[in-house]
Amino acid sequence: MAGGNDLKLLGMWASPFVVRVKLALSLKGLSYEYVEEDFSTKSELLLRSNPIHKKVPVLIHDGKPICESSIILQYIDEAFAGTGASLLPADPYERAIARFWAAYIDDKMLAAWTQATKGKTEEERAEGMKQTLAAMETLEGAFSDCRKGKPFFGGDSVGYLDVFLGGLLGWVRAYEKLGVKTFDPEKTPLLVAWAERFWSLEAVEPVMPDVSKLVEFGKMLLARAAAAAAAGEGN
Amino acid sequence: MAGEKKPQGLQLLDFWVSPFGQRCRIALAEKNLPYEYLEQDLRNKSELLLKSNPIHKKIPVLLHDGRPICESLIILQYIDEAFPSGTRLLPAGDPYARAQARFWADYIDKKVYECGTRLWKLKGEPQQQARAEMVEILRTLEGALGDGKFFGGEAFGFVDVALVPFTAWFLTYERYGEFSVEKECPKLAAWAKRCGERESVAKNLSPPEKVYEFVGDLKKRLGIE
Repeated sequence: MAGGNDLKLLGMWASPFVVRVKLALSLKGLSYEYVEEDFSTKSELLLRSNPIHKKVPVLIHDGKPICESSIILQYIDEAFAGTGASLLPADPYERAIARFWAAYIDDKMLAAWTQATKGKTEEERAEGMKQTLAAMETLEGAFSDCRKGKPFFGGDSVGYLDVFLGGLLGWVRAYEKLGVKTFDPEKTPLLVAWAERFWSLEAVEPVMPDVSKLVEFGKMLLARAAAAAAAGEGN
Repeated sequence: MAGEKKPQGLQLLDFWVSPFGQRCRIALAEKNLPYEYLEQDLRNKSELLLKSNPIHKKIPVLLHDGRPICESLIILQYIDEAFPSGTRLLPAGDPYARAQARFWADYIDKKVYECGTRLWKLKGEPQQQARAEMVEILRTLEGALGDGKFFGGEAFGFVDVALVPFTAWFLTYERYGEFSVEKECPKLAAWAKRCGERESVAKNLSPPEKVYEFVGDLKKRLGIE
């Protein structure tokens, strides 16, 4: 096989899942063509590349599509194993732990966060916030346990979990400006420090989304959700 | 606690009818790995289960020399990576094929169990909806199988292990949904039969009638008839 480096990323600027992939590509020093998908109309290429879920991110390598951010990250790690540092650790048990917490971030933390920000009622949103903060405290505990005094989830250098959680940081900062605090310096000091450290990395900073743009986008989404809820209540 | 010897070897905390647990049993059998099976009482969770999976408090949990690994697909990958000799569940040296396998296993996780649960739990319109969705899911999986012997091609692997325990639930889905997997997805039905001929599968799947009985009992207990 000609083993080319023909990489194309279908994404949407505000998507934290897309940011994860951009982070991984940046950390590995890989160049790629970025294609911005329209939020409301999906391109022919996207529908063809991800017919099942019809979502971004999709990484297309030499014409072959890979979908789902966690799967794309592992693909990048494996297909470009010689390039840059590995995202996942070498030890099978440590890999299992990293995969476990990545699944936790997506299944528990994100679900709670979505409810906290997009819940239809005040009660739903408050409950979502409570669960988000609980999830963040759990992650703080996990970070404390597995870092062994090192600066990142991956140890001395950035790894899979740093990228996984790092993809969300744009929205964490945006929501903070919108009055929803996800990282609490008192309850989750390690994560607060980690977030600062991660964002300021040379390979990370240029890839992160514009927080002020996210704030505007967030306001639009919240207004839309509120309008939908109000319309629903009228029924 | 000082001086207490850590358990050696493999232990699986599991529940007899769990398709997620059966994935792990099949993988361990495929790799010829001896392990201690520890049936869990899910209505009265053991100290060991709560200590091993404090976050989710669920089975299956694989313990390797006392260290817990949780979540069935993560357990499968752990078994594959920690014991690389013998059958490879994920194809070695082919990152794209591995990504494809992970994609379909993830699809199975997102779709089959949740839809199946709605199918046997609900009635009327929502049940009809679940039935239609289940047929669509199975047809999609049949499409992914294509004309291959197994999902990975010639060799029984990751996606096959991820899906095959649900074949024991087909009878339950068929009866509650009033449809036939054989009729809707003949290639998938043939694949299920092929998998059932493997010792690892035959020895570790629940008999479909027992699954149906279990669901009936569960419905009674939950007060749904």
